[in-house]
Amino acid sequence: MRLWFGKWTAIAKESVDRAAIFAKFLCLLHVTNTYIFSPTLVYGPSMLPTLNLTGDVVLSEFISHRLGKVGPGDVVLIQSPENPRKTITKRIVAMEGEVVSFLVDPSRSEKSRTVVVPKGHVWIQGDNIYASKDSRNFGPVPYGLIQGKVCCRVWPIDCFGTL
Amino acid sequence: MGTQNMILNVFKKYIGIGLVGITVTDRYGGVCPIRGSSMSPTFNPSLGSFTDDYVFLEKFCLDKYRFAHGDVVIFSDPTNYKERCVKRIVAMEGDYISNVSGVVKVPEGHCWVEGDNSASSFDSRSFGPIPLGLIHGRVTHIVWPPQRIKKIDRKVPQEGLAF
Repeated sequence: MRLWFGKWTAIAKESVDRAAIFAKFLCLLHVTNTYIFSPTLVYGPSMLPTLNLTGDVVLSEFISHRLGKVGPGDVVLIQSPENPRKTITKRIVAMEGEVVSFLVDPSRSEKSRTVVVPKGHVWIQGDNIYASKDSRNFGPVPYGLIQGKVCCRVWPIDCFGTL
Repeated sequence: MGTQNMILNVFKKYIGIGLVGITVTDRYGGVCPIRGSSMSPTFNPSLGSFTDDYVFLEKFCLDKYRFAHGDVVIFSDPTNYKERCVKRIVAMEGDYISNVSGVVKVPEGHCWVEGDNSASSFDSRSFGPIPLGLIHGRVTHIVWPPQRIKKIDRKVPQEGLAF
């Protein structure tokens, strides 16, 4: 009886240990995915010459935007201000306090507008200005919506490299 | 050799606890302090109290970004991404709200937040509607100090709402 009981305690202990290791592994995965880097699939026409229409896997890092080290020219992942469940990939054009001028409707007219980016906001634009929904539609976005910075393309493999 | 092993073991244990802790606070909810008097009758009622209120912040609502009128939320300040504010949601997307500058419609994916103490609150009346993506979580309970433990109700302020 005692022997039988002892055997079961050992098994239970072993399984708890295994479960703890597995849980810790999942937590490590979560921490790396949120705070350090993770691969992301991006697609769509808005960044066209830089990123393909059909989809690229890019590696994005989540450190520099927390330290405030992103600047004009960086490609960033941003939570869409119109739909918080969606993440969009755009290029930062201007930071707070800078003056930006843009074409309101590039396919129809040459009319341009100039605005000053307010405090704590960034101006984002897609590389393909003809098919991109960005700050020209919804205005400057708060810096806090930036999720990460795209640092290099991983897939397709022959286009590997920095953006 | 023995002490070295022990230190290594303790170190491993703390890393494990840290990983699990970060994951839980990121995904499910955590405790955070409230500073300032912008939500005065609800949090920090008297100016002279020794301690700030500590509240429980739940993050399950971030899965679907479903909020209701009257929810108390914590979000990062749109003018300075390092600061966090706590305010009450007064209007959701599509609602009309009357302001000093007239009646405004809250745009898609945004919400209108106001402090309970309108005399000393820096909120949507100064910076306009905020994107839902800036929200970090919903405040459900006050957990500290012990005499103030209670649930936070959804309360819809009547004045200022235009239909």
